[in-house]
Formats: sequence, C-alpha cells, structure tokens
Amino acid sequence: MAKLTVNNKEYEVSSDPSTPLLWVLRDELGLTGTKYGCGIAQCGSCTVHMDGKPVRSCITFLRSASGKKITTIEGLAGDQPHPLQKAWVEKDVPQCGYCQSGQIMAAAALLEKGKKPSDAEIDSAMSGIVCRCGTYNRIREAIKLAAMGGEGGE
Amino acid sequence: MTDQNKVDRRSFLRTGIAAGGTLVIGLHLPIGVNAKGWPDEAEPADTLEPNAFIRISKDGKLTVRIGQAEMGQGVLTSLAMIVADELEIDWPNVSYETVGADPAFNNPLFGFQGTGGSTSVRGFYTPLRKAAASTREILVAAAAAEWGVDAGGCKAASGKVTHSASGRSAGYGELFEAAAKLTPPAEPKLKDPKDFKLIGKAAKRLDTPMKSDGTAEFGIDVRLPGMLVAQVLRCPVFGGKPGKIDDGAAKAVAGVHAIVPLDYGVGIVADSFWAARRGRQALKVEWDEGANAGVSTEAIYKEFSEAAARETGKEARKEGDVAAAKPTAAKSLEADYFTPYLAHATMEPMNCTADVRADGCDIYVGTQFQGFTQMAAAGMTGLAPDKVKVHNKMLGGGFGRRAALDFVTDAVMLSKAVKKPVKVIWTREDDTQHDLYRPATFHKLSAGLDAAGKPLYWQHKLVNPSIMASFFPDAPSEGVDDSSVEGAANIAYEIPNISVDWVRKEAGVPIGFWRSVGNSHTAFVVESFLDELAHEAGRDPLEFRLSLLEKDKKKAAILRLAAEKAGWGKPAGEGIFRGIAICESFASTVAEVAEVSVSKSGAVKVHRVVCAVDCGQVVNPDTVAAQMEGGIVYGLTAVLYGQIDVEGGKVRQTNFNNYKMLRMNEMPKVEVHIVPSNEAPGGVGEPGTPPIAAAVTNAVFAATGKRIRRLPINPSDLAS
Ligand code: FES
Ligand code: FES
Repeated sequence: MAKLTVNNKEYEVSSDPSTPLLWVLRDELGLTGTKYGCGIAQCGSCTVHMDGKPVRSCITFLRSASGKKITTIEGLAGDQPHPLQKAWVEKDVPQCGYCQSGQIMAAAALLEKGKKPSDAEIDSAMSGIVCRCGTYNRIREAIKLAAMGGEGGE
Repeated sequence: MTDQNKVDRRSFLRTGIAAGGTLVIGLHLPIGVNAKGWPDEAEPADTLEPNAFIRISKDGKLTVRIGQAEMGQGVLTSLAMIVADELEIDWPNVSYETVGADPAFNNPLFGFQGTGGSTSVRGFYTPLRKAAASTREILVAAAAAEWGVDAGGCKAASGKVTHSASGRSAGYGELFEAAAKLTPPAEPKLKDPKDFKLIGKAAKRLDTPMKSDGTAEFGIDVRLPGMLVAQVLRCPVFGGKPGKIDDGAAKAVAGVHAIVPLDYGVGIVADSFWAARRGRQALKVEWDEGANAGVSTEAIYKEFSEAAARETGKEARKEGDVAAAKPTAAKSLEADYFTPYLAHATMEPMNCTADVRADGCDIYVGTQFQGFTQMAAAGMTGLAPDKVKVHNKMLGGGFGRRAALDFVTDAVMLSKAVKKPVKVIWTREDDTQHDLYRPATFHKLSAGLDAAGKPLYWQHKLVNPSIMASFFPDAPSEGVDDSSVEGAANIAYEIPNISVDWVRKEAGVPIGFWRSVGNSHTAFVVESFLDELAHEAGRDPLEFRLSLLEKDKKKAAILRLAAEKAGWGKPAGEGIFRGIAICESFASTVAEVAEVSVSKSGAVKVHRVVCAVDCGQVVNPDTVAAQMEGGIVYGLTAVLYGQIDVEGGKVRQTNFNNYKMLRMNEMPKVEVHIVPSNEAPGGVGEPGTPPIAAAVTNAVFAATGKRIRRLPINPSDLAS
C-alpha cells in the first residue's frame, strides 16, 4: 500500500509502485479527468501538478508521486471555478475537449508564477500539450484573459 | 443519400404527454423507422420519450434530445439553438440530452443514424425547426382556446404565450396539457429569419463547462461495477491472424484475468489498463501474417503511378473534347501529384466498453454511428437489436475514425468471452498502427493554354482506392466512387474541355473517411495545378481564378473576400509570401489565404491564415469560426507532417514522436470571415480543411519558386 495525496485528500493505494500515476488516478481512484493520450510524454493530456509543478502523469511512477502533493483537474477549482476555467468558458475554448484538462493544468502552472505571460512564455509552457482539434489560439487568448483577470483582483 | 426535401415532405409529427408530466414532440422520419416504436396516443405515454426531440418541463425548461454525436463540432449546442429559437425559449432555459441508437433520430441525409459528412445542421435544420414550430403552434392554439381569443392575436416569446389585446399570458408549462390534445400541424409556419433570436448569433456552447473541469465523460472514462479493462494485441500485419499463443507468463501477471484469442489478435483482460499492458508484454504470439505481409507503401506508390500511365479508368467528368483540344494548345503543362496515407490520430484513442449478458447488452462508446454499432453488437451476440443499448459518450475527436466498428468488436467479443463488463482501450501505438487510413492517392494532370493565355483543356486522372466499397462492402461498387473524385470531378472553373477519370486501385492498407474525405487530397492537387497554370500564363493567381469563375459569382465573391481581408496584392511583410486556394465541399465553400515564410534550411512557417466561408445560414457563428480554425489545423498538420508508411504490411509510425502533430508554437493566426447568407445551411466540420494545403504550398512557391507536388512538405527540398 502506498500513500498518495490527491487534491488534498489522502489515499492508500494498492497499485504496484511501478504503475504510472495516470493509471492510479484513473483506474484505482476513479479520477478520470486526467487523460491518456500517448503514454510516452509526447502529448501532455495527462498533465497534473506535483508539488505545484506540472508533470506528465503517464511517465511519473506511483513510487515517485507518493508523499508529494498531487493536484488534478478535479481539484483545481476552489469554491469558485479557477480563473482559467472561467476564461475557457468565456472564449469557448474546447472542441472535443479531450486535451483540455492537460491544457488547463499546464496553463494553471504557468499562471502560478504570478505574472502576465508573454507569447513566448505561453509557447514554451504550452507547446507540449497537443490539441488535435486545433484550439491553440483560443487557449492563448483564454490564458491572457485569465492573467488579466487575476491582476484585476478577480 | 436521400434528398432532404423529400424527407421533409414525408415526415410527420406525433405528440403526447409523457410520464413525468412533460410535453413530448417527436418528428417521425420515414427512413428505417420501426413503426412499432410509435405508440398510439392511447398507449402509456412514457413510451413516447425515446422517439422525441423536444421535451418541455412544467417550469418551462426545454430539453432537446439529440442523436447526433458530439465530437467537438458543437452539434449539441447548434441543434439545441435551432429548436430553442423556433420554439421561443430563452437560451438559459435550454439543455440537451443525448440518445443512443434510435431510428427516430436517423440522419435525414443518410437514412440511418450517423454523424459525418458535415451533415448534422444540414440534415436537421428544417426538420428540427418544423418540430419546434409545430410545438409552438399548438401551445399558442391551446392558449387561444383557453382564453377564447383568436390565435392570430397571440404571440409566443421567452417560453410564454401572450395575448396583447387582453394582456393575458401563460407559461408553456401551464399550457402543455391542453396543447398535447391538439394535433401538431405537419407544415407549421416557420419564423422569418429576420426574427431569429439565437440562430445566426453566437451562443455559448453548452458543453464547455464540463470540458473545462474534467467532468465531461468520454468513452474512455466509463466505469461500471465489476468492469475489467482490456487491451488487444493485434497482428502487426493488416489482416493477419494469431497462430500459436503462449500465454503462460501473461496469465501469471498480477491482475490479468484472461487471455482471449480473437480472429485478428489476442485480448488481454485485466483489472486495470496497466495490468493489461504488463500482461501484453509477457504474451508470446506467433502470427499468421497472411496475404498482406508484403505490402509496402513504396510498392503501392509505384503501382499507382504505373497504373496512371497504363489505365484509362472510369469517366468521372467529361466536357468538350480534351483529345481534340490538346494539339491546338499554345502552351501545355503536365504534372504528377501525390499524397500519402494519413492516420486520424483522434486525441482520445479508440476504446469501447461492453457489458454482454444473456438477456441483453450495453455498449458505452463514443461513436459516430450508433445504429451500426447496435447492429454489429446484435450480430456478434446473437441478441435482438432492441436488446442492445448503445450509450453514446463524448467523442474525444472523430474525424471519420469513429465511424468504424473495430473497437466495438473488441469490447463485445471480450465481454462475451469473460462474461463481465469489459472496457477495451487502444494504446496510442495501436491507434496509429491500426487506423483506417486516409488513402494514398496519385494524380496525373495535364492542361493547356490558348494563345491568349486562357485555359483550353484540363485533364485529371486520379488513382486511389474506393472508401465506400471498403466501408459498405455490400453496396454496388460499379461506377465511380464519388468520395474518390470529389473536389476534382466538380471543379467550378470555366474551362471548355475537361476530363476527369478515376482508376480504382485497392492496396491492402485499410482505409476510411478522414476529415473532408476526397477533398483532403483533390483540393491540394487541383488548386496547386491551377496555380501552376496561372504561373505559366503569367497571371496573378487570384485574378486568374476569378477570370475562370465569371459565371460562379458566389465563389468569386468568397475568393475576393479572403483576398481582400488578407491584403492580397499588398506586401505581406519581410520574407512572407501568400498563397490562395478555394474548395467547395459538403455544401459550403471556403477560400483561404496563407502567409508563409521559408527559412534557409527549408523550414516552412505559416504566420497567418485568412479564411472566408460561405456556409449558407449560420446557426452559431462562433462554432463556424472554431470549425474553420480546427479544420485548418487538421489540414496544416497533414501538409507539414502527415505521412503513414507501411513496410512488410506493418505501419512504421507508432506515436506522436514520429507521427507529429501541430503544436502551439507553430500555430498561425487564423482569421475567419463568414459570408452572410439565408440560404440552406452548409456543412462546417470539414470544409475548412481542404483549401489549406494548396494555400500553403502555393505560398511556398511564391516564396521559393519551388512547386510542392508531394505531401508532406519535405524541408530539405526547399533548402536554399
Ligand atoms: S499521455 Fe502523458 S504525455 Fe501523453
Ligand atoms: S479540444 Fe479536442 S484535442 Fe483539444
């Protein structure tokens, strides 16, 4: 049994320590918001936060996630939706929606740095997350909108 | 395909009160409808619900029941908007409900339940408006009767009927018991487009919140009590079969429940995806590779180009006399074009969950074809189709891939074998290597100009397989498969002598519908070769196109709009060049201008794409824009990277590391301009894709003088 802290909740999980965090979240804990896209760190659909930093849960093994603070899309919002989630709705970003958990988690980590990201910073934080539906321009706009909202004291 | 108007004329409406106190109106489409599914008014009303589109609750809220699959194209929102507008219910009071396999929801343009070919709004626009208008009319009639006033003096708006002369007003919820006793008119009066409140105005998508907080349920997210998770190891060679299976080590893996031999592979059924993967790694299978073991793309390409020289093919279009015109041309041009196999690469890999029991079967899946899914599962289980319930989930991308049934077959066969619910998940590698690919195509073209520089003849021979024949093996395969020549046979350019011929070549690689189907390659070829011709004539590519569209004012206007918004004829910026292309597909026309630069090493960067679209009456303009953006990215990815190679009957590409996707840092600015129109709606899911390839490669030609005749672009060909 390994200990795992996900969205501020403690779990005892029985998956083998060599299991990728992605499949512990999805298959054992039922947190299916985090998605499988490639399994080899190429698409970012599986992005979650580990101690506040974005990681690809498909190549992060349970043994290294144990004892860390994991946040998934299900735990991103507080009482209110996260500013990014509001911006996502405002810009109607998603098409099929499958990549969007990963997009939002990567963007949330970027905005954690507490500044208005430049286009270049958005490119470098977000280019690892593939959107087959091609929602990139709206993602960019929504990130900027959320960043402005943050500054406006939202 | 069925003529839409014919369907409309023959459709009729039934109504009644359903259990739970909701007014249910169903539009009964005649094709393939099982009349038994339609109870008489006297029968218990709750049986009406599965066949109904519209449900209004006591509190005046509208639920639109939708049988089309949501795969990102915004269909849940668009169809709900159509109903809500005609029914005069405010958007905040509108929601949707998805339905499984049900012939009452057959796509009027297909005659079966299916989502594809950019048909959802096209097919359902008028039927849904009629269903909604008819509901509105009986609500108004009920109010008028109740108040003893003339219905003509009553008006429906915001979920209420109001009689202005007497100042009386009643919510729909108060009226529907009386309304349900009335027979809805078969030909209600539809709203004048100038009175639309929702149609044509951007509405927020209904599915965005759930797609922003992880709660949207895709097929891959389904979890059932007692469910097992499986993978299928398929023969790496198309069409091969398992021979000797050594499953001792696989069965010993913790969490593995069963190893199930299938006709085309071996299923590994386990507690979890990861246990299934470890079981799969331990499994040893000797394959009977079968007839396709020698298939290679290299040989296919060679065969295609030889066939183009050798065979005449079937006539897809003939105007004038190309053979007679040829010797009289002042200038002639010949070129061969080529496009490769492409995978769909939906973001959500293929998956399906099946629960096969003795008394019935439930299928949980994201599918474009619910009805075929139901029939296939019935066939495999021996159950009656009505014992198979399809639960359609969100599709993490479709693009034509989820019209197939291979993933459904996996889940049904495995659940049947282990007698438990089984979710089968394809790995990304499975998905890339066992797709139904956009076929490779070869094109032989020649064209001539007269002494004045006007095109005299156009000759286009296409070599490719028939997707229709592979998808619908029982359909007659005589004649020309339209999906093989669309975009080439129907070119709008006014050229006196035109011949388009199709040489059908099957090649041993599984094929399928890929966003925009035939247009995905023909638009590239036609619009590139036309550019070659313009260059040969010494004319501007835009002006040359316009000169050949004098009778087609609509296309000319779309081209002009794209060109004007892009600043055609004005400098594009240091080192940046423009290309233009246009394509009509799925009843819409799209022109795109790409602004491109090419580096010394030959790297192509697309800076900006300006898109003009005429898709008739727009339902949700923001969705049209989104679909154009997405269609452009889909096509651009293919231009820059898309290529599936086969060697020894096996696909060489495996995952996103070698089947590359366009990413954020490569994303051009995209501007979408919509031509205002009240004509019948056209498609929007696919038409954005076809023009982008030629818009980009024509810009590359403008930048480098090098003509791209083979996709994807190979930067080393462009290095200076
Ligand atoms: S699933 Fe982890 S990066 Fe693709
Ligand atoms: S919205 Fe479909 S993959 Fe991004």
